[in-house]
Amino acid sequence: MAIDKILVLVELTENGPTAVSLELLTAARGLATTVEALSWGPGVQAAAATIGEYGATTLYDAGDIGGALPGVPVAGALVGVLQSSGASAVLIPTSYDGRDIAGRLSAKLNASVLTNVTGLNDDGGLTTEHPIFGGTQIAHAKFTGSAVGIYVIRAKSFAAESAGGAAAAVVAAAVPAADATGAATIVARHVEERTGPKLDEAAVVVSGGRGLGSADNYSWINDLAKLLNGAPGASRAIVDAGWVPYSHQVGQTGKTVKPTVYLACGISGATQHLVGMKGSKNIIAINKDQEAPIFTVADLGIVGDVNKVVPALIEALKGR
Amino acid sequence: MNVVVCVKQIPDPAAPQSLEASTNTLDRSGKLILDDSDAYGVEMALQLVDKAGSGEVTLVSMAPNGEVSGLRTALAMGAAKAILVSDDALKGTDALGTAKVLAAAIKRTEFDLILAATESSDGYTGTTPVQIAELLGLPSITFAKSVTIDGSTVKVDRQTESGYDEVTSPLPALVTVTAGVVEPRYPSFKGIMAAKSKPVDQVTVADLGLSASDVGAAGSGQTITKVVDAEARSAGEIVVDEGDGAQRIVSFLENLKLI
Ligand SMILES: Cc1cc2nc3c(=O)[nH]c(=O)nc-3n(C[C@H](O)[C@H](O)[C@H](O)COP(=O)(O)OP(=O)(O)OC[C@H]3O[C@@H](n4cnc5c(N)ncnc54)[C@H](O)[C@@H]3O)c2cc1C
Ligand SMILES: Cc1cc2nc3c(=O)[nH]c(=O)nc-3n(C[C@H](O)[C@H](O)[C@H](O)COP(=O)(O)OP(=O)(O)OC[C@H]3O[C@@H](n4cnc5c(N)ncnc54)[C@H](O)[C@@H]3O)c2cc1C
Repeated sequence: MAIDKILVLVELTENGPTAVSLELLTAARGLATTVEALSWGPGVQAAAATIGEYGATTLYDAGDIGGALPGVPVAGALVGVLQSSGASAVLIPTSYDGRDIAGRLSAKLNASVLTNVTGLNDDGGLTTEHPIFGGTQIAHAKFTGSAVGIYVIRAKSFAAESAGGAAAAVVAAAVPAADATGAATIVARHVEERTGPKLDEAAVVVSGGRGLGSADNYSWINDLAKLLNGAPGASRAIVDAGWVPYSHQVGQTGKTVKPTVYLACGISGATQHLVGMKGSKNIIAINKDQEAPIFTVADLGIVGDVNKVVPALIEALKGR
Repeated sequence: MNVVVCVKQIPDPAAPQSLEASTNTLDRSGKLILDDSDAYGVEMALQLVDKAGSGEVTLVSMAPNGEVSGLRTALAMGAAKAILVSDDALKGTDALGTAKVLAAAIKRTEFDLILAATESSDGYTGTTPVQIAELLGLPSITFAKSVTIDGSTVKVDRQTESGYDEVTSPLPALVTVTAGVVEPRYPSFKGIMAAKSKPVDQVTVADLGLSASDVGAAGSGQTITKVVDAEARSAGEIVVDEGDGAQRIVSFLENLKLI
């Protein structure tokens, strides 16, 4: 094993640990003798069973942080736990809060951070993989100093597999008293209604791009996603154009998806888009331009007009 | 209302990128331009100062070879002045080192608010701004989709996984903005002419009171061990739609037992 102990930052939703948190616990198991976790919020106690099942023996509970943004208090709790537990690496999910926590922790510990990690290897020490230049090349990196290694890891880099472990022992983690850095407060939360599977967990993802022609035509993507029990996704071009919210974006600056089928409608296949979806098991692309780069990764490519192929596909699926 | 905007000057993303063979760091030897991601911060800063009715926008950038072309673009948009940190010792600096440099540079000017992008277009580490906030002892709000100032408070709609949160913080604070938060203006001809004479304070690592061992490859806590080609995905069957495109997709999905 490359290291004695890894600490995994686990993010919770009302349904328990996020998928990427379980992926990181699974990866940590293969790299360290002991895996421990840290989490926060009202649901920690309830998550101890799942977190233990995926391999953590101890679960540090930073408690309910109220309306504070997690970055400062959770990084503060991590500093204490890293010191007392002797863990030499911490795995953090790439997420809105994960990146804040990593940035705060890095400056507090004067320790470098490796982000956008998509692979971890045991080469005597831990080395990382980072897709660069749109995923055409993989850079391998490692930390050089003796500081704790802070790894910020993208979703879908590892498969989550239960280890059948017993519930993790919950131990309170001290959160340092708030100072000026922790003054940002959440005053209201707005949840956008969404039905169907989540984009980064769905077995089928149907994505639309600028080739759809107009925001209205995106309803085709929603219809197809519903018919296939999948999730609707998007290229950045149509997110920037305001057709769909950012949460739909697939790619370098959006989500990484690895569904069984990825169906790209009117998407050119820019490298920044490909890096977020080319790990899909099967890729189907509809594009009117035979030269579109999306066809270089497609298992089935239809050179055609989305205005014709997509409505016909919806009809065919409805008829079944 | 004084706003500092961190602006990164990067190789043109439209041009092919490469790594320097000896160091495995991004080749930044050519002309650099204003990172598109930072144009949003510049525009946001200009609008906030405008609304406040007083104050100015100061740019802070770290870039090799005394590069100013990206800064001139942002000055032409309306920023008042710039601080540029340029020093051969900075080559190979990691995100934390970059944050140390930018934090020290920001201290040279007065500010109520610091703006940056959520991540740069070339390195996209995405942690530099929060590292800056921690080093300066400031609160931070990342992923802003809207920013307003109310007296000595900044109010932000922050993107979340399931929607957005309304977040407030006392000033001074650091905020990172997402693409599309505002529509960046195009520099006017007058703006471009005016930018030529706006002050750019060029400083070195020593001027900032940092030691060369804090920054650059020497201060970096990480190293690239190798770079390999990714496994290429081979293309499958590409067919021209003859009215049977939808049916082909249906058959493909049937074979996978998805329908
Ligand atoms: C730093 C950086 C980060 C980025 N991150 C992301 C990211 O995370 N995700 C992302 O997606 N992009 C990202 N991008 C943007 C990316 O480079 C592309 O601009 C974007 O993916 C293009 O979106 P698109 O394919 O919808 O649009 P376009 O490139 O405009 O492609 C539209 C396609 O539709 C086809 N088409 C047009 N009409 C029809 C029709 N009637 N029927 C069929 N096909 C049609 C065209 O042939 C074309 O191929 C990033 C860029 C940068 C610089
Ligand atoms: C492909 C690639 C991967 C890398 N991965 C890592 C890594 O995992 N860890 C690591 O520590 N370093 C990494 N680096 C190095 C890192 O890019 C540099 O340290 C860089 O100086 C700062 O990081 P960033 O541009 O990625 O910043 P980000 O954190 O993505 O930048 C966010 C924002 O901070 C501001 N900002 C950042 N840099 C500057 C600047 N020079 N001047 C003004 N404002 C700025 C801008 O507003 C920018 O949009 C990587 C570099 C490359 C090319």
